Amino acid sequence: MTDNAEKIPVVEVENLVTHYGDRMILKGVSLKIYQGEIIVIMGGSGSGKSTLLRHLLGLHKPTSGCIRLLGKDITKLSNQEMYEIRRHMGVAFQGGALFGSMTVGENVMLPLREHTDLDEQTMQIMTRLKLEVVNLAGFENLMPSELSGGMIKRAALARAVVMDPKLLFFDEPSAGLDPVAAVELDELILKLRSALKMSMVVVTHELDSAFKIADRITVLDQGDILMTDTVENVRNSDNPRIQSLLNRMPRDDAVDTDEYLRRLTGYN
Amino acid sequence: MAEPSHITLTTQLRKRIEQFGLVVVRGIEEIGYMFRLLYEALEWVVLGRQRQQPVRVSSVFSEAMQIGIQAVPIIAILCFSIGVMLAIQGIETLKTFGAEAQVVLGIALSVTREFSPLIVSILVAGRSGSAIAARIGTMLESQEIDALRVIGINPVRYLAAPIMLAMLISLPCLVILGDVVGLLGGAVYTKIDLNLPLSVYFDRTFEVLVVDDVMQGLIKSVVFALIISLVGLANGFQVQGGAEGVGRATTRSVVMSISLIVIADMVFTYFLNR
Repeated sequence: MTDNAEKIPVVEVENLVTHYGDRMILKGVSLKIYQGEIIVIMGGSGSGKSTLLRHLLGLHKPTSGCIRLLGKDITKLSNQEMYEIRRHMGVAFQGGALFGSMTVGENVMLPLREHTDLDEQTMQIMTRLKLEVVNLAGFENLMPSELSGGMIKRAALARAVVMDPKLLFFDEPSAGLDPVAAVELDELILKLRSALKMSMVVVTHELDSAFKIADRITVLDQGDILMTDTVENVRNSDNPRIQSLLNRMPRDDAVDTDEYLRRLTGYN
Repeated sequence: MAEPSHITLTTQLRKRIEQFGLVVVRGIEEIGYMFRLLYEALEWVVLGRQRQQPVRVSSVFSEAMQIGIQAVPIIAILCFSIGVMLAIQGIETLKTFGAEAQVVLGIALSVTREFSPLIVSILVAGRSGSAIAARIGTMLESQEIDALRVIGINPVRYLAAPIMLAMLISLPCLVILGDVVGLLGGAVYTKIDLNLPLSVYFDRTFEVLVVDDVMQGLIKSVVFALIISLVGLANGFQVQGGAEGVGRATTRSVVMSISLIVIADMVFTYFLNR
């Protein structure tokens, strides 16, 4: 960790508490992500990893705590300041979230169109460059509905990096892909990092993919961070929760008999 | 359990009142949401250029194309039929007084003041209001709205404002079209039944018709345009629960906007004719 102390943090989360209705989802999460690293947020379904991602993206306002992206606390920014920050972050959503009414090329070009005053020709060249990087050269005139699952993810990745962001967020890169396509996408993520020197936050529950791409792994469970450490240390952790996640074992929580009966009967 | 019946009655009553209260609160919330949407959209139209995120004229036109131009054929057919229908009924009724010739006045006023704005708005609500809710809802479900937001594109500016502007431009134009075609329908039937030449029919029509009559229809259509777009957008943006939710929002937006249009029409007719 002394190594990390010299590095510049690009994402700092402090004591993040969030609610969905009355239910507490994140229970005081703290996390630092340094420049140039790939951090994987791992956890089972319902662990709060998607919620954490949505808050990192500034899509929701947290109950308390702060989130600093590139040094700025996004929970306190004005719309205009947030708009500026968004130029430096790219997001690839789980289902791609390509705009169905636009071609692949127009999708990738959209951030350029909105944030820059470049002329059409330049924007097209930049779009083709990025499509080239994700191995989708020549597909810019197709509609998203004409693409396969893996191609949609890669097109979404191209759109996410078209502005050369400092920060890239990737939600479930390998979900819904066949093993080969998933491995190819992992390779692509590593290639992008070394080519564009960006910091990445990847949310996934795929172990193989996480071990392959991560510099550090954060394990989230029921709204708490269990540990944030290197791949090696996470693998060797003796925390039973982490081990059950890594070895795909069912959780055997101790059963509170009174609580169980109360739930069944519906009496409070 | 053998609880005394009066306890269950009061608890039941309390539950009912509670439910009623919830419905009222939700209704007020929704109205508030729509006005907020309207305010934000207007804000983007006015201040967008200053913030360097203008509401794009091209997207307003492409929306207007879908809402307005593509509705022209069906609106022409419907309004023509309404004109013919009014002529048939008018002539039939006025025959009892031997005043068939007065049918021109009846058609002119009812088409411009009532039927054209009402029929056009109901048709656009069914055609475009539902499409708006479905499109926004689908985009929300597939995270496209989130994608817009993280790119830094405000969905109100990018999606809502163009739809609202297009609706405000298209609907009055469609109503004028409806007026003309409706009058034509009446003229054609009057010619067939009473053998009244078209030129005489239109001369008389323009004698009785004053600007106020047409304006009445146009003012209404502006209000209806707001109703259709706000209801469609609000339902779309509040979709929950996947494809089923999108379906529900679509149905709801059509039923809601048509009901609001008819009620608003009644209120306006009362105040504009006093």
